[in-house]
Order: sequence, then C-alpha cells, then structure tokens
Amino acid sequence: MATVSIQHGTVEGAWTQPARGTIAMVSLIIAESAIFTIFVVAYLYYIGHDVLGPTPRQVLEVPWFYSICLISSSGSIVLAEHAIEHGRMAAFRLWWAVTILLGITFLFGTGVEWHKLIVHDHLTISTNLFGTTYYSLVGLHASHVVVGLIMMLFVMAFSLAGAVRQEHAYRVKTLALYWHFVDAVWLVVFTVVYVVGR
Amino acid sequence: MRSRPKSSSPLCRFSAAVFAFCATCAHASLPTSIFAPHSTPASEENKLSYFVLAISALIFLGVSSLLVYALLRYRARPNDDTEPPQVFGSLQIELSWTIIPILIIVVLFLGTARVLFSVQDAPKPPSALDVVVIGHQFWWEFRYPQYNVVAANELHLPVSTRSAPRPAYMKLTSADVVHSFWVPQLGGKTDLLPNRVNEMWTDPQQTGMYVGQCAQFCGPQHAKMLLRVYVDTPEDFQKWISGQQRMQAELGQARASLVSQPDAGSSNPAVPPHAPATHAAPAAQSGDASDAIDARNGQLVFEQQACINCHTINGTIANGRYGPDLTHLMSRATLAAGAAENTPGNLQAWIADPSAFKPGCLMPAMHLSDRQNAQITAYLLTLK
Amino acid sequence: MDGQSMPAAQGIEGALDRTPAHSARGTYLEVVHSWIVTVDHKKLGILYIAYALVFLLVAGVEAMLIRIQLIRPHNDFVSPFTFNRLFTMHGTTMVFLVGMPILFGFGNYLVPLMIGARDMAFPRLNAFSFWIAAFGGLLLYYSFIGGVGLAGTGSAPDVAWFAYAPLTEKAFSPGHTVDYWAVALLASGIGSIGTAINILATVFCMRCKGMTLLRIPLLPWLYATTSFLVLVAVSPLTACQAMLLIDRYLGGHFFDTQAGGSAILWAHFFWIFGHPEVYVLVLPAFAFANEIIPVFSRKAIFGYPAMVAASVGIGFISLGVWAHHMFTIGLTSFGNAFFTLSTMLVSIPTGIKTFNWLATLWGGKIRFETPMLFSVAFLFQWVIAGLTGIMLSVSAWNWQLHNSYFVVAHFHYVLVGAIVFMIFAALYYWYPKMTGRMLDERLGKWHFWLMVIGFHMTFDFMHFPGLLGMPRQIYTYEPDRGWNTLNFIVSIGGFIQAIAILIFVYNLVHSYFRGEEAGPDPWDAWTLEWATSSPPPSYNFATDPQVASRRPLWDLKHPEDPDSAFE
Repeated sequence: MATVSIQHGTVEGAWTQPARGTIAMVSLIIAESAIFTIFVVAYLYYIGHDVLGPTPRQVLEVPWFYSICLISSSGSIVLAEHAIEHGRMAAFRLWWAVTILLGITFLFGTGVEWHKLIVHDHLTISTNLFGTTYYSLVGLHASHVVVGLIMMLFVMAFSLAGAVRQEHAYRVKTLALYWHFVDAVWLVVFTVVYVVGR
Repeated sequence: MRSRPKSSSPLCRFSAAVFAFCATCAHASLPTSIFAPHSTPASEENKLSYFVLAISALIFLGVSSLLVYALLRYRARPNDDTEPPQVFGSLQIELSWTIIPILIIVVLFLGTARVLFSVQDAPKPPSALDVVVIGHQFWWEFRYPQYNVVAANELHLPVSTRSAPRPAYMKLTSADVVHSFWVPQLGGKTDLLPNRVNEMWTDPQQTGMYVGQCAQFCGPQHAKMLLRVYVDTPEDFQKWISGQQRMQAELGQARASLVSQPDAGSSNPAVPPHAPATHAAPAAQSGDASDAIDARNGQLVFEQQACINCHTINGTIANGRYGPDLTHLMSRATLAAGAAENTPGNLQAWIADPSAFKPGCLMPAMHLSDRQNAQITAYLLTLK
Repeated sequence: MDGQSMPAAQGIEGALDRTPAHSARGTYLEVVHSWIVTVDHKKLGILYIAYALVFLLVAGVEAMLIRIQLIRPHNDFVSPFTFNRLFTMHGTTMVFLVGMPILFGFGNYLVPLMIGARDMAFPRLNAFSFWIAAFGGLLLYYSFIGGVGLAGTGSAPDVAWFAYAPLTEKAFSPGHTVDYWAVALLASGIGSIGTAINILATVFCMRCKGMTLLRIPLLPWLYATTSFLVLVAVSPLTACQAMLLIDRYLGGHFFDTQAGGSAILWAHFFWIFGHPEVYVLVLPAFAFANEIIPVFSRKAIFGYPAMVAASVGIGFISLGVWAHHMFTIGLTSFGNAFFTLSTMLVSIPTGIKTFNWLATLWGGKIRFETPMLFSVAFLFQWVIAGLTGIMLSVSAWNWQLHNSYFVVAHFHYVLVGAIVFMIFAALYYWYPKMTGRMLDERLGKWHFWLMVIGFHMTFDFMHFPGLLGMPRQIYTYEPDRGWNTLNFIVSIGGFIQAIAILIFVYNLVHSYFRGEEAGPDPWDAWTLEWATSSPPPSYNFATDPQVASRRPLWDLKHPEDPDSAFE
C-alpha cells in the first residue's frame, strides 16, 4: 500500500482547504484585472493627446440608467445565490432571470450608445486615439458581459430543465463571483471614461 | 565513481585573466570601448563603473570562496553512509545576511543616484551648442538651429575644454521608429522616439573622430546605421559650420565655367563589397555636350528623376525630407551612414543599387542607365 | 548506482507502492491515442517537456546560425533579413516554446505528486492548456512558410523578441511577421494562464492530510508564486498584442505616433510583462535547486521559512522593476532612480536564497552525481549572473551597457547558466521517476563538463564585446572595433555546447531502453513523489497519504529522529 503514514498520531481536527472553484475563479479574476488595468492605463495616458477628431466631452453622454441596471444586477444575483443556498429554486430562477435581463439591458444600452457615436458623431475605433481607447476598453468590458450572460443562460436552461438543485449552489456562487467582477470593472471603466476622461 | 567538484584553480586563473582583460580594455585605443571616456558624462559613468565592479568583485570572491570551501570540506567521504546533523536554520546568521546586503545596496544606490542626477539633470550653460538629432531608418539627421545648418550622418562638435567649455546639448527624436544614439567614448546612449523629444549632453574633451552606431533595433539595416562624431577645435568647427552654411547657388556659380568632369567611374581603387558587375566605367565623353557626363547634365537628371522627392539640395528645387540632405555630401567621409567610404566609385555604385551595400535600406534603385548614374555622380561630386 | 549510497531506502520497501505502472500496453495506435486524449498530469507533464526539448534543439540551431554569421565581421553567411528572423525566433522560441513549457511540464508532473494529490485540480483544463500552447508554437513556426513577407522570403517574425512599436505597426512592418508573433503568443499565453490557474488551485486546495502550507516542499511554493506572476504578467502581454492587432487591422492608433500615440507606452506594457516573465522562468529553477541540493547534501534545506518569504518576496518585488529595461528611453531622473532602487532591492531576497543554499551545503555530506554537478555549476553561475544584474541596475552605467552584448551575456548567464543548467539537473534527477530508468552517469559527466566549458567560453567572453561598444541585434559588425576575436571565441563555445546537448539527447533516448532500473527512490530523497513506483501508477497514491512534517520520507526512514519532532 502506498500509505506514507506518520509516526506521531493523526491530524487534529478536520482537514479543510479552500474550494477549488473559488481559487480558480479568483485567479482568473486576477488575470483579467491585469488585462483591464493595461487598457485603463492606456485610456488615461491618452486623454487629451488626440490630434484631431471628436473629444469625449463633445460626444459622450453618461449612461446612468444602463449603469444602474448593471450594478443592480449584482444585487439580484446575490438574491439568486441566497435562494439556491436555501433550496428555494423558484426564487432562484426568478432572480437569475432578472439578472440576465438587467445584463441584456446594459448591452442594449451600449449598443444604443455606440450607434449614436458611429452614425451621428462619426467616431469609430480608427478615428483617433479617443476612438481607439474608448472602443477597446468599453468593448473589452462588453465582451466580458457577453461571456457572463452566455454562461448564465446555460445555467438558466439547465435550471428550467430541472437539472440545477441546491447542491449546485457552490457552482452558481462561483459564476456569480465572475459576474460581480464584471460589475466592479464597470465601476472603474465608468469612472475613467465618463467622469475622469470628460 | 564520484567525480571531483569544480575545482578552484581554474577559477583563480580565469579571474586573473578577466582582470587583465579589463585593464587592457581601459587603456586600449579601441574606438568604442566604454573604458576610454572622453567627456564628462562618460567619465562619471566610468568612475561609477569601477566602483560597482570593485564591490561586485569582492562579493564574488567572498561568496565563491565560501562555496568552494564548502564543496571541498563537506564532500561525502567514501564508505560513509551516515547522515550529517540536520540543521534547519539560524536566526542570527539569516539576519546578518539580510542586513549586510541591505547596507551594500544603500551604498550602491547612493553612489548611482549621485551620478544619475548630476548627469541627467545638469543645467545647460549659455555657451552650449544646440544640436537636434532626428533618427531615420537607417540614417541620422543633424540640425544646428543656432546656425541654420542641416547635416546627415556625421556629427561635428567643438571640443569643450575646462577653460573654454562648450558642451553640446542634444534634443533627440525620430521620424519613424525607435533608434538609439550611442557613441561610447562620449557618453551613454539615449533613445530616439517618434513623437517625443529626449535630451542628452556631452562635452568632448579631446579632438578627434569618435565612432558609434544605432543601439536600438530599428529594422533590416539597424546594423549599418553607424555614427561618426568629429570633435574639432573651435576654429575648425567654425570653418565647418561656414562651409555647411554656403548655399548651393554660390557653389553653382563657381562651377559655371566647368564644361566637363574627369572620368567619374575609374579613378578610384576602392571597390564596394557587393559591387554589381554592371557598372563598368562609362565611355569618357561623347561628342554631344547634352549627353556628356558632367555635373550640369547630372543636375538635370537629378532634378528630373524622383531623387528630389526624398533629398534636399539647398539652392535647387530638391527639397525632399525623407532621405539625407545632400547639400554638402562631399564634406562627409562616408556614405549611407557609414556603410561605405565616400569615394566616386562607391557613390556611383550606391546610386545604381543601394541594396548592394545595405539590403533593406529604404532608398530604391532607380534603374537608370549607367550613363545617367555617372552623370548624377558627377553632379554630386561637386556638392562640397 | 553503487549500493552504498542508499542504505536507508532498503528498510522501507514495504511502505511503498510497487504496483507496475502500466498493464498491457495495447496497440501502437492505442498508445498514441492515449497520449493525445490524456488528462493525466504526468503524461501532460512529459508532453510539455518533450515539446520543449524539441524546440530547444530548433532554437539551438537558430543560435548556431547566428553565431556562424557573427564569427567574423562583414560575414555573409545569411542575409540581414534572415538574421533578423533568426534572432527574433531564437529569443521568442527559447522563452515561450522552451522555457515556459518545460517549466510547466515539471510543475505539472511534480506538484500533485509532492503534495500527495491524485491529479491537478482541473485535469481537462490542464490538457486544453497544453494543446493550445502547442498550437501557438506550431503557428509561430508555420510562419516560416506561411506567406510572403516584406522581402518575399517568408513571414517568420523579424522584429526582435520584444517587438517594439512602432516598428511593428503596419506602416513599418507591412507583411505578416508581426501577426504571426502576436497571434501565436496570444494562444500560448492562454495556455500559460490556464496552467497557472490550475497550479494555484492544486496547491491551495488539494494537499493531502497534514500537509499545511508550511509543510509543502519548496517546489510547490515556488510554482505557486510563479503561477501568480503568470496571472499578473502574461495578461499585460495579451493586452499589448490585442492593442497591436487592433492597430494593424482595425485602424487603431495605440502606437501610431502620427496620431499622438506613444512608442514608450509599448515599452512600458511589454516590460511590465517582460520582467516578471524572467522571474517566471527562474523561480522554477530555484524550485529544482531547493529540492536537489538538500538531497545531495544529505541535509534539510536551511531556513525553510526564510526561503518561502524570500521566494514570495521576489515575486512581488519583480512586479515593480520593469523600467530597468528602459533607463535610456527618456524617463525622468526620479523615475530612473526609483527603478534603480527597486531593482537593487530584488537582490536582497535573492541573496537570502543563495546564502541558504550555501548553508545547506555547509556541514553536509555532499555527493556529486550528475544532478548535483549541474546544481553546483548553477550556484556559481547564478552568483555571477546576479552580479552582472546589479551592474545593469546601476542606471547611470546602464546608459552605456543597455542593448549591448553585455546585456545579452547577462541574460544568457541567467537563462542558460542558471535555468538551463537546473533544467538539466532536474532531468537527471526526475527522469528515473518518470521513466523507471537511470540516465547514464558517464554520459552525464561528459554532458556536464562540455556544457561548462562551452558555456563559459561563450558567455564569459560575450561580456567583453559589450564593454567594447558592440550593440545587440546586429547582423554584422565593423572590423576595426576590436570585437573580432571575441566573437570568434563566443561562436566556438556555442559549438561545444551543441555537442554537449547532442550527447544529452542521446543519453535521454538510449537510457529509456537500456538504462539501469531506478526503483522508486534511487536518490534516497524525502518528498512524496519518491514514495511511488517509478513511473508512478496513473492514480499516484493508492490511499491518500498523511504527513506530519516537511520531509515525510525522512520521518519514515529515520523514526528515531523525525522532522516532525522539530517543526
């Protein structure tokens, strides 16, 4: 047998270690934060460096409503987490759907904003430095929202098929951690783009 | 069969060789040695380097002798299977080898900071010469705003003595990609970045010619973006400046009486390394003056071909900025940023096919006839 | 092996798993298939190592071609275009396709075994990470044939391994060389981040009973630190490459200086990746030293807690030194001073580690089998590499040394003299565990001494052209600068190293079939991987181990003097 046994008694107490999924998600968040930091630094560095073209002050409107939607989705997802932890699956499905809807609303808002910028203000990624850094940063964030929504839609589908139960609360919480990260990044991006940058 | 550990004797012999070599480097006349400083920044950096080298040598000798001792003294003896006493650590020893390195670092840092601030933040005296350096792929543009002079590839500076200091304060930027200006005997290097102006200064203390080259990879011909700095006496420097300031029109008047030039292609024995076989010395003169290989026809060809799109010759219609200013081409000792000596043969070969000297350089071969190349050469030879 | 070197191992066979590692092997196709679909950390580890060794040979050939071109001035062995591709690919290959994979390979193999786990935390992510990294490497090399470049000679990257902007913008690099560089490394980077996540989750969540964080061997500690660095450092490179591709294909202006963009921003971002990257490469080398030196000195590592603190400290400090690659780029004097100080500070924990190794040797009973020979050479060479690093950190002197062959000599001293030497040590040390057979000692010594001679011939002498003003990344040089003989010697040393490596490759292959049987614990070591058969069964441990100290096998072999009494 391969037991490498010890000489001096057994381990005292329970042997607990952190959960794999949590550590993995935290690690992923650290890596993604590093990527976002670089894009944020580029955005800040280039404020005011444009040679020509529309400036942030001229064309950016602060997206209050859509930002509130996204940030509240962190609240609704917390309610969903509580629901599944306590086995209230109907409540879980409700709050999960609310979260998804709020996320979709946010994306819709981004789409509306970009439509205005491109069609009315003629600001594209290749127009000037502001265009490049703006679409890159906001686009990077939006792509993370999209990935989060896709994962949440999968969970929604599994849940509607009855495959998600209370014992899966841990997995749901891991995904919710990602969603909280996405919202936190939006707080930073919002401040940098719509407050500092204007 | 266990082998002997790395013995100390080769190590000692090697260290001695290293020190001997260093001493040689310091005094050798090797043209780009960093141990032969000829300006204040270079000397300050050099003195600092000796300080750092000394500390490093002491650390190396100390640590490596301890290592060698341990390896010899504590090697396993044959037929001994017992385990040695297990020692897990010692607070005092570990503290000492944390504190002592911290102290060494403090000393090193303070020594560095002193030179760093004194060189980088040196105040600019009113007698300073202003030079603007613009890096291109793969040549150097030099401007002297105080004199309205534009030159290329070979920098002239006045010598700066203690009694008559005349440091050169340089602003460096690039027209395309990142380059780096490095003439070791005159100081450390500074990078040239597009859309950014960097500053450096040097005060060459001895006349002579100093060489260097671009020190930041900038494309296929990075290796041939060489630098020459001529440090002149104040009189020679002023003479050079005056020469550079002469407009080409004045030179043109001096040439008006000339009808023909001596054979352009054959008088020079120096052959470029990759000379294409096609440009045999063209026939001396044909009877037709409009076809003659002379400077006047050369100027016509030059101005009718695309040369003027890239090059500037003061007093003519050529005012392109993409390539080096050719107004005083013949005042330079080399062509193509040091890629070849400035001789008539090389000049004609270069015009015929630049990539024979610098494959990947940005001057295209214009595919002119041999006669036209000879004519252009004849013209360029008058640009003193 | 002479029997007298391992008396203690004989008493504990009963406690070790002697199950044969594999049953009936199946057809050739089944064997290959099992390797392709495997999620077993041991097989993936070996795949990484084999992949890296193949690219080591390829990049080694590139190095030899470089040295042949530079053996004399104004040489025309290769064109400038080819040369620029060669040094770009040599650097990029060695860092991304040799260094990272081989170190992740060892991490994959050893970390679960050393902490008594059955596999990594996420075996399928592990497999995905390997295959996407491998794809990146193949894509990078496909560039040699994949299309027309600037001069019509193929599109292998030719912009130097750090690919400074704006040379990499479409205006200055209109062909596809930069695109291959960016996309291939993006793919490899995803693989690296996946493996880093896996290692962190494994080390923190999958340790066997009794193995607190302060009882794990130093190797998992160093790999956890490395993984954290990968998370924080490879991501900026991913961001850089995304920005570059946006510039090249979507008309972006991140590095477009005509539109107000900045070349210095690329330099900052790249080196924010690039400096921690070299610590990603060197920390695993330290990990190997931490395991091998104690075993061959017959003593526990000196100062385990300090070693942990120093390793983690090196990781954190290394995030704050990046601009020492940029002392000449035009930072303010305050900026230069800050980065001088931070760089010098990193030598403190590094020094602590070096002295701790010395103290481990001190008072021991040192055995000089091949793994230890390479470790001893590593120690000397590491000290020199660290000292030339200190020299380079002196910013005012760095203005002379930057981008010269002094820098090339310094980083090869670290990469070859420290890292490659420790990789060789690790291969000699753990090859018996992975294959069940010992590598030949005689060939090992030939390999070692030829490497030492060749390495010093090349990289000691390489410092001097730098001191004499020779910049790096030049395809030829002027004959009147005094660099000729030095370059010649450097090139000859390269050939000697090549011979050494060929001997090693022969040893690897020959010993697989004819090597002496290793048994579970040929070196009389103390960490958990030596408590399994060689090679281990796919499940590693039949029952979960339980430990009470940092050296569980020492406790087993020395019940009268167990470590657990002291910890």
